[in-house]
Amino acid sequence: MKITGYMRSDGSVGVRNYIAILPSVGCANDFVLKLGNIYPNVKLLTHRQGCSQVGLDNDQTVRTLIGLGKNPNIAGVLVVGLGCETIKAEYIAKEISKTKKMVECLVLNNENGVASALSKGARLLNPMLQDASKMKRTTCDMEQLIIGVKCGLSDSTSGITSNPATGIVSDMVIESGGTVIFGETPEIIGVDHILAKRSANQDVVNKLHRLINDCKERVKASGGNIQEANVAPGNIAGGITTIEEKSIGAITKGGRKTLQDVLKYGEKPKGKGLFFMDSPGRTPEALTGLIAAGAQIIIFSTGGGSPGGSPISPVIKVTGNRNTAQRLKDIIDVDVSSIIMGKETLKEAGIKIFKKLCNVASGEVTKAEILGYGLISIWNISPLSG
Amino acid sequence: MEEKNAIMMEEKDNVATVLSAVEKNDKVKIILGKNHFTVLAKESIPFGHKVALRKIAKGENIIKYGEVIGRARDEIKKGTYIHVHNTQSIAGK
Repeated sequence: MKITGYMRSDGSVGVRNYIAILPSVGCANDFVLKLGNIYPNVKLLTHRQGCSQVGLDNDQTVRTLIGLGKNPNIAGVLVVGLGCETIKAEYIAKEISKTKKMVECLVLNNENGVASALSKGARLLNPMLQDASKMKRTTCDMEQLIIGVKCGLSDSTSGITSNPATGIVSDMVIESGGTVIFGETPEIIGVDHILAKRSANQDVVNKLHRLINDCKERVKASGGNIQEANVAPGNIAGGITTIEEKSIGAITKGGRKTLQDVLKYGEKPKGKGLFFMDSPGRTPEALTGLIAAGAQIIIFSTGGGSPGGSPISPVIKVTGNRNTAQRLKDIIDVDVSSIIMGKETLKEAGIKIFKKLCNVASGEVTKAEILGYGLISIWNISPLSG
Repeated sequence: MEEKNAIMMEEKDNVATVLSAVEKNDKVKIILGKNHFTVLAKESIPFGHKVALRKIAKGENIIKYGEVIGRARDEIKKGTYIHVHNTQSIAGK
Protein backbone atom coordinates (compact mmCIF):
# COMPACT_ATOMS: atom_id res chain seq x y z
CA MET A 1 0.00 0.00 0.00
CA LYS A 2 1.33 3.45 -0.93
CA ILE A 3 0.66 6.77 0.75
CA THR A 4 1.72 10.29 -0.10
CA GLY A 5 3.70 12.06 2.61
CA TYR A 6 6.52 14.51 3.23
CA MET A 7 9.98 12.89 2.94
CA ARG A 8 12.26 14.22 5.68
CA SER A 9 16.06 14.53 5.61
CA ASP A 10 16.48 11.73 8.17
CA GLY A 11 14.50 9.27 6.00
CA SER A 12 11.29 9.54 8.01
CA VAL A 13 7.91 10.50 6.49
CA GLY A 14 5.55 13.18 7.75
CA VAL A 15 1.82 12.84 7.10
CA ARG A 16 1.42 16.50 8.11
CA ASN A 17 3.74 19.45 7.58
CA TYR A 18 3.58 21.64 10.65
CA ILE A 19 5.70 24.35 12.16
CA ALA A 20 5.52 24.13 15.96
CA ILE A 21 6.56 26.10 19.03
CA LEU A 22 7.79 23.85 21.83
CA PRO A 23 8.43 25.28 25.30
CA SER A 24 11.12 23.42 27.25
CA VAL A 25 9.31 24.44 30.42
CA GLY A 26 5.70 25.25 31.40
CA CYS A 27 6.75 28.74 32.54
CA ALA A 28 7.21 29.69 28.86
CA ASN A 29 3.61 28.69 27.96
CA ASP A 30 2.24 32.22 28.13
CA PHE A 31 4.87 33.47 25.72
CA VAL A 32 4.12 30.56 23.36
CA LEU A 33 0.39 31.36 23.40
CA LYS A 34 1.06 35.05 22.69
CA LEU A 35 3.36 34.21 19.78
CA GLY A 36 0.77 31.73 18.55
CA ASN A 37 -1.76 34.57 18.39
CA ILE A 38 0.42 36.24 15.75
CA TYR A 39 0.82 32.98 13.77
CA PRO A 40 -2.46 31.04 13.96
CA ASN A 41 -1.20 28.21 11.70
CA VAL A 42 1.64 27.30 14.02
CA LYS A 43 1.09 24.33 16.36
CA LEU A 44 1.55 25.19 20.04
CA LEU A 45 2.98 22.35 22.14
CA THR A 46 2.43 23.86 25.59
CA HIS A 47 2.77 21.53 28.61
CA ARG A 48 3.32 21.80 32.38
CA GLN A 49 6.69 20.08 32.93
CA GLY A 50 10.35 20.97 32.37
CA CYS A 51 11.57 22.18 35.76
CA SER A 52 12.20 20.85 39.30
CA GLN A 53 11.82 17.28 38.12
CA VAL A 54 14.24 14.61 39.32
CA GLY A 55 15.75 11.32 38.18
CA LEU A 56 13.60 9.15 35.93
CA ASP A 57 10.94 11.84 35.75
CA ASN A 58 13.40 14.44 34.44
CA ASP A 59 14.74 11.90 31.90
CA GLN A 60 11.19 11.13 30.80
CA THR A 61 10.35 14.79 30.16
CA VAL A 62 13.62 15.37 28.25
CA ARG A 63 12.97 12.25 26.12
CA THR A 64 9.38 13.30 25.45
CA LEU A 65 10.22 16.89 24.48
CA ILE A 66 12.96 15.76 22.08
CA GLY A 67 10.65 13.08 20.67
CA LEU A 68 7.81 15.54 20.09
CA GLY A 69 10.17 17.88 18.22
CA LYS A 70 11.55 15.00 16.17
CA ASN A 71 8.09 13.70 15.13
CA PRO A 72 8.17 13.66 11.30
CA ASN A 73 4.84 15.52 11.09
CA ILE A 74 6.76 18.60 12.22
CA ALA A 75 8.76 20.31 9.46
CA GLY A 76 10.30 22.91 11.74
CA VAL A 77 10.23 23.85 15.40
CA LEU A 78 11.00 26.87 17.56
CA VAL A 79 12.08 25.73 21.04
CA VAL A 80 11.44 28.32 23.75
CA GLY A 81 12.94 28.40 27.24
CA LEU A 82 12.95 30.82 30.12
CA GLY A 83 16.66 30.30 30.84
CA CYS A 84 16.42 29.29 34.52
CA GLU A 85 14.69 25.89 34.06
CA THR A 86 16.35 22.50 34.60
CA ILE A 87 15.56 21.33 31.06
CA LYS A 88 17.41 23.75 28.79
CA ALA A 89 15.83 24.86 25.52
CA GLU A 90 19.26 24.90 23.81
CA TYR A 91 19.80 21.20 24.63
CA ILE A 92 16.33 20.18 23.40
CA ALA A 93 16.87 22.20 20.20
CA LYS A 94 20.32 20.66 19.60
CA GLU A 95 18.94 17.12 19.97
CA ILE A 96 15.98 17.78 17.65
CA SER A 97 18.31 19.31 15.03
CA LYS A 98 19.98 15.88 14.60
CA THR A 99 17.01 15.10 12.31
CA LYS A 100 18.27 17.97 10.08
CA LYS A 101 14.84 19.62 10.20
CA MET A 102 14.49 23.39 10.72
CA VAL A 103 15.12 24.17 14.40
CA GLU A 104 15.39 27.57 16.11
CA CYS A 105 15.81 28.40 19.77
CA LEU A 106 14.74 31.38 21.86
CA VAL A 107 15.59 31.94 25.54
CA LEU A 108 13.40 34.63 27.08
CA ASN A 109 15.83 35.70 29.82
CA ASN A 110 18.35 36.59 27.11
CA GLU A 111 15.92 39.00 25.45
CA ASN A 112 14.86 42.53 26.42
CA GLY A 113 11.41 41.69 27.71
CA VAL A 114 8.41 39.81 26.34
CA ALA A 115 7.44 42.28 23.60
CA SER A 116 10.96 42.28 22.19
CA ALA A 117 11.13 38.47 22.40
CA LEU A 118 7.81 38.23 20.50
CA SER A 119 9.36 40.25 17.71
CA LYS A 120 12.38 37.94 17.61
CA GLY A 121 10.13 34.85 17.70
CA ALA A 122 8.21 36.22 14.75
CA ARG A 123 11.45 36.76 12.81
CA LEU A 124 12.51 33.15 13.50
CA LEU A 125 9.14 31.60 12.58
CA ASN A 126 8.54 33.50 9.37
CA PRO A 127 11.13 31.79 7.13
CA MET A 128 10.27 28.36 8.56
CA LEU A 129 6.61 28.85 7.62
CA GLN A 130 7.59 29.96 4.12
CA ASP A 131 9.98 27.03 3.60
CA ALA A 132 7.44 24.49 4.91
CA SER A 133 4.85 25.77 2.45
CA LYS A 134 7.15 24.85 -0.45
CA MET A 135 7.42 21.18 0.61
CA LYS A 136 5.38 18.70 -1.48
CA ARG A 137 3.88 15.30 -0.78
CA THR A 138 5.46 12.40 -2.65
CA THR A 139 4.64 8.69 -2.87
CA CYS A 140 6.01 6.80 0.14
CA ASP A 141 5.88 3.27 1.51
CA MET A 142 3.89 2.28 4.59
CA GLU A 143 7.22 1.10 6.00
CA GLN A 144 7.94 4.60 7.24
CA LEU A 145 4.72 4.76 9.28
CA ILE A 146 4.53 4.38 13.04
CA ILE A 147 0.92 3.95 14.11
CA GLY A 148 -0.12 4.41 17.73
CA VAL A 149 -3.22 2.50 18.88
CA LYS A 150 -5.22 3.52 21.91
CA CYS A 151 -8.66 2.87 23.42
CA GLY A 152 -10.65 5.27 25.56
CA LEU A 153 -14.16 5.84 26.86
CA SER A 154 -14.65 2.10 26.32
CA ASP A 155 -18.03 0.37 26.67
CA SER A 156 -19.53 -3.10 26.06
CA THR A 157 -18.94 -2.74 22.32
CA SER A 158 -15.20 -1.88 22.53
CA GLY A 159 -13.81 -5.32 23.36
CA ILE A 160 -15.89 -7.09 20.69
CA THR A 161 -15.93 -4.55 17.82
CA SER A 162 -13.65 -1.49 17.64
CA ASN A 163 -10.71 -2.98 19.60
CA PRO A 164 -10.41 -6.26 17.63
CA ALA A 165 -11.12 -4.41 14.34
CA THR A 166 -8.27 -2.00 15.23
CA GLY A 167 -6.15 -5.09 15.96
CA ILE A 168 -6.74 -6.26 12.39
CA VAL A 169 -5.44 -2.87 11.17
CA SER A 170 -2.39 -3.22 13.46
CA ASP A 171 -1.61 -6.56 11.81
CA MET A 172 -2.11 -5.07 8.31
CA VAL A 173 0.24 -2.14 9.07
CA ILE A 174 2.95 -4.55 10.25
CA GLU A 175 2.40 -6.84 7.23
CA SER A 176 2.94 -3.71 5.07
CA GLY A 177 6.33 -3.21 6.74
CA GLY A 178 5.22 -0.56 9.25
CA THR A 179 5.31 -0.24 13.01
CA VAL A 180 2.59 -0.26 15.66
CA ILE A 181 2.84 0.92 19.27
CA PHE A 182 0.25 0.22 21.93
CA GLY A 183 0.45 1.04 25.62
CA GLU A 184 -1.58 1.61 28.79
CA THR A 185 0.36 -0.41 31.38
CA PRO A 186 -2.52 -0.76 33.91
CA GLU A 187 -4.51 -2.56 31.18
CA ILE A 188 -2.03 -5.42 30.70
CA ILE A 189 -2.30 -6.63 34.29
CA GLY A 190 -3.72 -10.16 34.09
CA VAL A 191 -2.66 -10.70 30.48
CA ASP A 192 1.12 -10.51 30.82
CA HIS A 193 1.22 -14.30 30.22
CA ILE A 194 -0.46 -13.81 26.82
CA LEU A 195 1.93 -11.01 25.81
CA ALA A 196 4.82 -13.12 27.13
CA LYS A 197 3.85 -15.95 24.73
CA ARG A 198 3.99 -13.46 21.86
CA SER A 199 7.24 -11.75 22.93
CA ALA A 200 10.32 -11.93 20.69
CA ASN A 201 12.66 -12.97 23.54
CA GLN A 202 13.04 -13.34 27.31
CA ASP A 203 14.38 -9.79 27.67
CA VAL A 204 11.02 -8.45 26.42
CA VAL A 205 9.16 -10.71 28.89
CA ASN A 206 11.32 -9.46 31.78
CA LYS A 207 10.70 -5.84 30.80
CA LEU A 208 6.92 -6.48 30.73
CA HIS A 209 6.97 -7.99 34.21
CA ARG A 210 9.05 -5.10 35.54
CA LEU A 211 6.61 -2.54 34.12
CA ILE A 212 3.63 -4.29 35.69
CA ASN A 213 5.36 -4.54 39.08
CA ASP A 214 6.40 -0.87 38.97
CA CYS A 215 2.83 0.10 38.08
CA LYS A 216 1.38 -1.93 40.98
CA GLU A 217 3.99 -0.50 43.40
CA ARG A 218 3.22 3.08 42.39
CA VAL A 219 -0.49 2.51 42.96
CA LYS A 220 0.19 0.85 46.33
CA ALA A 221 2.54 3.67 47.44
CA SER A 222 -0.29 6.13 46.71
CA GLY A 223 -2.70 4.15 48.91
CA GLY A 224 -4.73 2.69 46.01
CA ASN A 225 -5.62 -0.90 45.01
CA ILE A 226 -5.07 -1.79 41.35
CA GLN A 227 -7.27 -4.93 41.47
CA GLU A 228 -10.27 -3.03 42.75
CA ALA A 229 -9.62 -0.12 40.40
CA ASN A 230 -9.45 -2.38 37.37
CA VAL A 231 -12.78 -4.20 37.10
CA ALA A 232 -15.07 -1.36 38.11
CA PRO A 233 -18.78 -1.84 38.90
CA GLY A 234 -19.53 -0.18 35.56
CA ASN A 235 -17.45 -2.84 33.78
CA ILE A 236 -19.39 -5.64 35.50
CA ALA A 237 -22.70 -3.97 34.63
CA GLY A 238 -21.49 -3.79 31.03
CA GLY A 239 -20.78 -7.54 30.91
CA ILE A 240 -17.06 -7.72 31.80
CA THR A 241 -16.69 -10.68 34.18
CA THR A 242 -12.96 -10.79 35.08
CA ILE A 243 -9.79 -8.68 34.88
CA GLU A 244 -8.49 -11.15 32.28
CA GLU A 245 -11.49 -10.49 30.03
CA LYS A 246 -11.13 -6.73 30.37
CA SER A 247 -7.38 -6.77 29.69
CA ILE A 248 -7.59 -9.18 26.73
CA GLY A 249 -10.35 -7.02 25.24
CA ALA A 250 -8.03 -4.02 25.57
CA ILE A 251 -4.92 -5.63 24.08
CA THR A 252 -6.78 -6.95 21.02
CA LYS A 253 -6.26 -3.45 19.56
CA GLY A 254 -2.54 -4.26 19.21
CA GLY A 255 -3.24 -7.23 16.94
CA ARG A 256 -1.47 -10.59 17.07
CA LYS A 257 2.05 -10.05 15.83
CA THR A 258 5.25 -10.76 17.76
CA LEU A 259 6.00 -8.18 20.44
CA GLN A 260 9.43 -6.86 19.42
CA ASP A 261 10.26 -4.76 22.46
CA VAL A 262 8.99 -2.76 25.42
CA LEU A 263 9.57 1.00 25.19
CA LYS A 264 9.93 3.66 27.83
CA TYR A 265 7.34 6.42 27.71
CA GLY A 266 8.09 8.55 24.62
CA GLU A 267 10.92 6.27 23.41
CA LYS A 268 11.28 5.72 19.67
CA PRO A 269 11.15 2.06 18.58
CA LYS A 270 14.35 0.58 17.14
CA GLY A 271 13.21 -1.52 14.21
CA LYS A 272 9.79 -2.37 12.78
CA GLY A 273 6.82 -4.38 14.01
CA LEU A 274 4.80 -4.36 17.21
CA PHE A 275 5.94 -2.51 20.36
CA PHE A 276 4.46 -1.94 23.82
CA MET A 277 5.06 1.44 25.48
CA ASP A 278 4.93 2.06 29.23
CA SER A 279 2.19 4.67 29.64
CA PRO A 280 -0.91 5.53 31.62
CA GLY A 281 -4.37 5.02 30.13
CA ARG A 282 -5.37 8.67 30.47
CA THR A 283 -5.79 10.03 26.96
CA PRO A 284 -3.67 13.25 26.81
CA GLU A 285 -0.63 11.59 28.44
CA ALA A 286 -1.04 8.34 26.47
CA LEU A 287 -1.29 10.16 23.12
CA THR A 288 1.65 12.46 23.94
CA GLY A 289 3.85 9.43 24.70
CA LEU A 290 2.92 7.71 21.42
CA ILE A 291 3.57 10.87 19.40
CA ALA A 292 6.92 11.49 21.15
CA ALA A 293 7.81 7.91 20.16
CA GLY A 294 7.30 9.00 16.56
CA ALA A 295 3.70 7.96 15.81
CA GLN A 296 2.51 9.96 12.79
CA ILE A 297 -1.09 8.70 13.16
CA ILE A 298 -3.17 7.34 16.06
CA ILE A 299 -6.09 4.93 15.77
CA PHE A 300 -8.37 5.50 18.74
CA SER A 301 -11.00 2.89 19.55
CA THR A 302 -13.89 4.29 21.59
CA GLY A 303 -17.29 3.14 22.81
CA GLY A 304 -18.76 6.33 24.22
CA GLY A 305 -16.97 8.69 21.82
CA SER A 306 -13.90 10.35 23.35
CA PRO A 307 -13.09 13.63 21.56
CA GLY A 308 -9.31 13.24 22.21
CA GLY A 309 -6.88 14.50 19.61
CA SER A 310 -3.40 15.96 19.32
CA PRO A 311 -1.77 19.05 17.80
CA ILE A 312 0.86 16.91 15.96
CA SER A 313 -0.63 13.63 14.75
CA PRO A 314 -4.10 12.94 13.34
CA VAL A 315 -6.24 10.74 15.60
CA ILE A 316 -8.73 8.44 13.81
CA LYS A 317 -11.73 7.74 16.05
CA VAL A 318 -13.39 4.32 15.59
CA THR A 319 -16.56 3.18 17.36
CA GLY A 320 -18.64 0.01 17.32
CA ASN A 321 -21.46 1.72 19.21
CA ARG A 322 -24.23 2.70 16.78
CA ASN A 323 -25.70 5.33 19.07
CA THR A 324 -22.28 6.99 19.48
CA ALA A 325 -21.63 6.91 15.73
CA GLN A 326 -24.98 8.50 14.90
CA ARG A 327 -25.03 11.05 17.73
CA LEU A 328 -21.36 12.18 17.69
CA LYS A 329 -20.75 12.78 14.01
CA ASP A 330 -18.23 15.56 14.70
CA ILE A 331 -16.08 13.15 16.78
CA ILE A 332 -16.29 9.73 15.07
CA ASP A 333 -14.30 9.03 11.88
CA VAL A 334 -15.12 5.35 11.29
CA ASP A 335 -18.38 3.61 12.25
CA VAL A 336 -18.00 -0.17 12.66
CA SER A 337 -21.33 -0.68 14.45
CA SER A 338 -22.56 -2.88 11.59
CA ILE A 339 -20.53 -5.66 13.30
CA ILE A 340 -23.16 -5.57 16.08
CA MET A 341 -25.93 -5.80 13.48
CA GLY A 342 -24.24 -8.91 12.06
CA LYS A 343 -23.83 -7.07 8.73
CA GLU A 344 -20.05 -6.67 8.74
CA THR A 345 -17.26 -9.02 9.88
CA LEU A 346 -14.32 -7.84 12.00
CA LYS A 347 -12.06 -8.40 8.99
CA GLU A 348 -14.24 -6.20 6.76
CA ALA A 349 -14.32 -3.51 9.46
CA GLY A 350 -10.52 -3.73 9.78
CA ILE A 351 -10.08 -3.20 6.04
CA LYS A 352 -12.41 -0.17 6.20
CA ILE A 353 -10.29 1.39 8.98
CA PHE A 354 -7.07 0.58 7.10
CA LYS A 355 -8.37 2.44 4.03
CA LYS A 356 -9.20 5.43 6.22
CA LEU A 357 -5.69 5.24 7.68
CA CYS A 358 -4.13 5.39 4.19
CA ASN A 359 -6.34 8.36 3.24
CA VAL A 360 -5.53 10.23 6.46
CA ALA A 361 -1.82 9.50 5.92
CA SER A 362 -2.15 11.09 2.49
CA GLY A 363 -3.81 14.25 3.78
CA GLU A 364 -7.50 13.62 4.58
CA VAL A 365 -8.31 15.42 7.83
CA THR A 366 -9.80 13.67 10.88
CA LYS A 367 -12.71 14.94 12.97
CA ALA A 368 -10.36 15.84 15.85
CA GLU A 369 -8.27 17.92 13.43
CA ILE A 370 -11.38 19.72 12.16
CA LEU A 371 -12.32 20.49 15.77
CA GLY A 372 -8.72 21.40 16.65
CA TYR A 373 -9.07 19.14 19.67
CA GLY A 374 -6.16 17.94 21.81
CA LEU A 375 -3.32 19.19 23.98
CA ILE A 376 0.14 17.96 24.87
CA SER A 377 0.40 16.52 28.39
CA ILE A 378 3.58 14.81 29.58
CA TRP A 379 3.23 11.91 32.05
CA ASN A 380 4.68 12.95 35.40
CA ILE A 381 5.72 9.98 37.59
CA SER A 382 7.59 11.45 40.57
CA PRO A 383 7.25 14.23 43.16
CA LEU A 384 8.85 17.60 42.35
CA SER A 385 12.17 18.70 43.86
CA GLY A 386 11.24 22.34 44.22
CA MET B 1 -39.48 -11.22 15.70
CA GLU B 2 -36.24 -9.26 15.97
CA GLU B 3 -33.20 -11.38 15.18
CA LYS B 4 -30.97 -12.01 18.20
CA ASN B 5 -27.26 -12.14 17.41
CA ALA B 6 -24.19 -12.98 19.42
CA ILE B 7 -20.55 -12.61 18.35
CA MET B 8 -17.93 -15.29 18.89
CA MET B 9 -14.36 -13.95 18.79
CA GLU B 10 -12.41 -17.17 18.10
CA GLU B 11 -13.25 -20.70 16.99
CA LYS B 12 -12.17 -22.29 20.30
CA ASP B 13 -14.26 -19.93 22.47
CA ASN B 14 -16.96 -21.53 24.62
CA VAL B 15 -18.82 -18.23 25.11
CA ALA B 16 -20.25 -15.57 22.79
CA THR B 17 -21.26 -11.96 23.52
CA VAL B 18 -24.93 -11.15 22.82
CA LEU B 19 -25.39 -8.12 20.58
CA SER B 20 -28.86 -7.25 21.90
CA ALA B 21 -30.77 -8.20 25.05
CA VAL B 22 -31.82 -11.86 24.89
CA GLU B 23 -34.95 -13.41 26.51
CA LYS B 24 -35.50 -16.99 27.68
CA ASN B 25 -36.21 -19.35 24.72
CA ASP B 26 -34.83 -16.88 22.13
CA LYS B 27 -32.97 -18.54 19.29
CA VAL B 28 -29.61 -16.74 19.29
CA LYS B 29 -27.63 -16.62 16.04
CA ILE B 30 -23.96 -17.08 16.97
CA ILE B 31 -21.71 -15.31 14.45
CA LEU B 32 -18.07 -16.29 13.84
CA GLY B 33 -16.72 -14.38 10.82
CA LYS B 34 -18.81 -15.52 7.82
CA ASN B 35 -20.17 -18.60 9.66
CA HIS B 36 -23.02 -18.91 12.11
CA PHE B 37 -25.07 -21.39 14.14
CA THR B 38 -27.95 -21.21 16.62
CA VAL B 39 -28.08 -21.64 20.39
CA LEU B 40 -31.34 -21.63 22.39
CA ALA B 41 -31.15 -19.19 25.32
CA LYS B 42 -32.12 -20.88 28.61
CA GLU B 43 -32.49 -17.53 30.43
CA SER B 44 -32.45 -13.79 29.75
CA ILE B 45 -29.04 -12.20 29.08
CA PRO B 46 -28.40 -8.41 28.98
CA PHE B 47 -26.81 -6.70 25.94
CA GLY B 48 -23.02 -7.07 25.91
CA HIS B 49 -23.04 -10.03 28.32
CA LYS B 50 -22.09 -13.64 27.53
CA VAL B 51 -23.92 -16.88 26.64
CA ALA B 52 -22.49 -20.42 27.05
CA LEU B 53 -22.06 -22.16 23.68
CA ARG B 54 -21.78 -25.65 25.15
CA LYS B 55 -21.90 -27.43 28.50
CA ILE B 56 -18.95 -26.28 30.63
CA ALA B 57 -17.90 -28.48 33.57
CA LYS B 58 -17.22 -27.12 37.06
CA GLY B 59 -13.58 -25.92 37.16
CA GLU B 60 -13.29 -25.82 33.36
CA ASN B 61 -11.78 -22.75 31.68
CA ILE B 62 -14.02 -20.07 30.20
CA ILE B 63 -12.56 -19.15 26.79
CA LYS B 64 -13.09 -15.83 24.96
CA TYR B 65 -10.73 -14.27 22.36
CA GLY B 66 -9.23 -17.80 22.24
CA GLU B 67 -7.80 -17.15 25.72
CA VAL B 68 -8.73 -18.12 29.28
CA ILE B 69 -10.77 -15.34 30.91
CA GLY B 70 -11.72 -17.32 34.05
CA ARG B 71 -12.94 -20.63 35.44
CA ALA B 72 -16.44 -22.07 35.95
CA ARG B 73 -17.52 -22.07 39.63
CA ASP B 74 -20.23 -24.68 38.86
CA GLU B 75 -21.40 -26.69 35.89
CA ILE B 76 -22.69 -24.27 33.24
CA LYS B 77 -25.37 -25.48 30.81
CA LYS B 78 -25.40 -24.61 27.10
CA GLY B 79 -27.48 -21.48 26.45
CA THR B 80 -27.14 -20.07 29.99
CA TYR B 81 -25.89 -16.69 31.11
CA ILE B 82 -22.17 -16.49 31.99
CA HIS B 83 -21.02 -13.80 34.41
CA VAL B 84 -19.59 -13.19 37.91
CA HIS B 85 -22.20 -15.54 39.51
CA ASN B 86 -20.74 -18.65 37.83
CA THR B 87 -17.25 -17.55 36.70
CA GLN B 88 -14.21 -16.62 38.75
CA SER B 89 -11.02 -14.83 37.74
CA ILE B 90 -7.77 -16.76 37.91
CA ALA B 91 -5.33 -13.83 37.63
CA GLY B 92 -7.31 -11.48 39.84
CA LYS B 93 -7.44 -13.79 42.86
